[in-house]
Amino acid sequence: MTNNTLYWTIWFAASLILSPLLPGIINKVKAFFAGRKGPSVLQLYYDLFKLLRKESIVSTTSGGVIRLAPAIILGTLLTAALFLPYGAKYSPFTFTGDVIFFFYLLGTSRVAMIFGALDTGSSFEGMGASREAHFAALAEAAIFAVIGFLALTTGHSETGMLSDTGFSDIRHLTSTLLCAAAFFLVLLVENCRVPADDPDTHLELTMIHEAMVLDYAGPDLAGIFYAGALKLWLFISFFVMFLIPAGSWEFGLYSAVFGAGVLLTTVAVGCVESCMARYRFLKVPQMLAGALCIALLAVFCLTFFEGGLK
Amino acid sequence: MSDMLFLSVGNGCSVSLAQVPDLPENVFRQALIEAVTTGQKTVFSFFAMPEETGFRLTAVLGDAGKHHLDITGCRVERSFSSMAAEAPAFQLFEREIAEQYPSLEIKGHPWLKPVRKPDKTTFFKMSGDAVHEVAVGPIHAGVIEPGHFRFQCMGEDVYFLEIALGYQHRGIEKMMESPLNSKMIHLIETASGDATVASATAWSHVVEALSDTPAARESCVIRSIAMELERIACHTGDLGALAGDVAFLPTASFCGRIRGEYLNMTAELCGNRFGRGVAVPGGCRTALEKQRAEKILAWIGRIKPELYHALDLLFESPTVLDRFENTGTVSLEDARRIGLVGVAGRACGLACDARFDYPLPEYSSGAPAAEKISVSGDVLSRAKIRYADIAASHAYLERELAAVPAEGLAASAPEITSLKAGHIAVAVTEAWRGPWCCTAVTGNSGELRRVKIVDPSFHNWTGLAFSLRGEQISHFPICNKSFNLSYCGFDL
Repeated sequence: MTNNTLYWTIWFAASLILSPLLPGIINKVKAFFAGRKGPSVLQLYYDLFKLLRKESIVSTTSGGVIRLAPAIILGTLLTAALFLPYGAKYSPFTFTGDVIFFFYLLGTSRVAMIFGALDTGSSFEGMGASREAHFAALAEAAIFAVIGFLALTTGHSETGMLSDTGFSDIRHLTSTLLCAAAFFLVLLVENCRVPADDPDTHLELTMIHEAMVLDYAGPDLAGIFYAGALKLWLFISFFVMFLIPAGSWEFGLYSAVFGAGVLLTTVAVGCVESCMARYRFLKVPQMLAGALCIALLAVFCLTFFEGGLK
Repeated sequence: MSDMLFLSVGNGCSVSLAQVPDLPENVFRQALIEAVTTGQKTVFSFFAMPEETGFRLTAVLGDAGKHHLDITGCRVERSFSSMAAEAPAFQLFEREIAEQYPSLEIKGHPWLKPVRKPDKTTFFKMSGDAVHEVAVGPIHAGVIEPGHFRFQCMGEDVYFLEIALGYQHRGIEKMMESPLNSKMIHLIETASGDATVASATAWSHVVEALSDTPAARESCVIRSIAMELERIACHTGDLGALAGDVAFLPTASFCGRIRGEYLNMTAELCGNRFGRGVAVPGGCRTALEKQRAEKILAWIGRIKPELYHALDLLFESPTVLDRFENTGTVSLEDARRIGLVGVAGRACGLACDARFDYPLPEYSSGAPAAEKISVSGDVLSRAKIRYADIAASHAYLERELAAVPAEGLAASAPEITSLKAGHIAVAVTEAWRGPWCCTAVTGNSGELRRVKIVDPSFHNWTGLAFSLRGEQISHFPICNKSFNLSYCGFDL
């Protein structure tokens, strides 16, 4: 095993273990803003442990898709996790164009989630599924603008391109920061955070993600929760890798900076959530259109000033 | 002419049942429709009482301009003609009568849908390929009372919302039909669940009027202080909950705590956080010494800036304003027709506040006057009206608490055991939601023959259904919270 593979394996394992920590950190930040003590950062681990000991109950009106959905959701997300270039280098599983494969694996998990929700026949879950499909289609445009930017700036089409983003000059710096901002907006929408969705709401009529998982119980629900945390980890990691030009860094330096980056981004999500109200649904497409525009602006910035700023 | 049609009484007064006009049905009907559709008077109560043969209908209207309540009546045999089509403010009262007295036929009512029998309700249904129906409740996520909401939707847009209540079979009015006893005050205090002092004060005035034992002025002042504390606590809790519904964390968390401070002040005043036991027929059970008045005053001085800070955060946040503005709008025209009252009515531009319109001795030193703000009937208007109410109540409390004399305000509650026979009494207090109206009629031996309670929610649930028309279904929670109506005050 080469050092590269070893480092990658360490961070891959860490991602599986640490991802349930992220929702805990966000909740801690929110509790801090609210002047409360808040639940422990380990709360999701406790919840997962509790749910795994319970039995799964499936609605009698379901046609069976709901039984398959958690496995597909979790399976696709775990597969996607294999492609992130942890440890500053390429993932051992990488292949040309795997960045598209990565995002379509996430898309597949969403399709499974939507079918599982429709399968229950509940009007709330139907509404949640329709909203999810609507917003996801719009988010995809912004995501692909970001990928386009990455491909342009690095000349690669593998997820490893994330390690190659650089701040060699002001042109790269400005355009990378713009593009990262666009991706941050997508991160919020894709992970059902405020202002696009509200993970804490108990109001069925306003839910998106929460509505789709109303009918899961026990280990199935644990799978859904874990998948949600893992998805958040994947997006935050993608965001951080994007921002750190780690291509030639030592493993120790990389680990410290990457870990701190994940923590800081998570706290930033918590701060956004603590300081603003949720948008009305009609505003979410505008937010995603905004993300697309910012990403395109980054591409423009990169290509138009190709000769450098005079 | 109008003197013959209506008997005018002051708020919290009683008259002999024999003095109440007994109009021919068509005159009665015309008089009521005219009084309500011209906007002169608002409907407070309309109910039936069985007599030896047939029924006696009684209507209580409020004349805000003249500061008195108008009572009128009519005897009918087996049926009467509906007024709902001409004056929709009567529609729910008529449906209630139809449900309570099946042998009394109401002719020409557009839809005699059950009021408190959700299992017997047939729901309105839209048809079409893209139409879908969303049913919520009666069991909800969270600790909320039972109520069923049915939305007819196309995509995210609501075309029609139907609200079915009546899951709590409480029978409060029936339980009150007996000789006066000391348990009644407890039934009344919990009638609306959260308007304890306002409802107990209205009931106290009814009993005091029926027994000619007016409460001492000092007792009235203590009741008014408790009522305003109740108002601040409820509005604070609701504004925090509104913030919570749009995921605006700071105000949601602050208000939850600050509401507790006002509840604790109420406990300091009377020993109960929800103001139970303050107002009783005859006066008030708890004295207010100068020292405690000063303590509460200082407490308010400490908490008020924190509350205003939390509310300013809410009203200055662009993301919150974007959610509240132009959401769940009820037009002034609709509000007038369906007879909205209280906070929801004022948010549509109606000038209605029972503390000014129908004076009670509680506010003899001047009721808390809220600042006039521009309103448009949306969620933001309802929130701003509450903020203005909070500010006015603070000014009132500061004035009244500072004015407590050195010897304090004494408690006095002479026991009332018997009521005048054959009388009717009406009292209206402005509870935090709006006017809380209680009408009582005594029988030949002074027993309570009919007690009619009308919680402001009874008028305003229709307003909630209106606010959702053409609105996005995801806005229902904030529309609902901006009204925050009582289920149990409706179910009774």
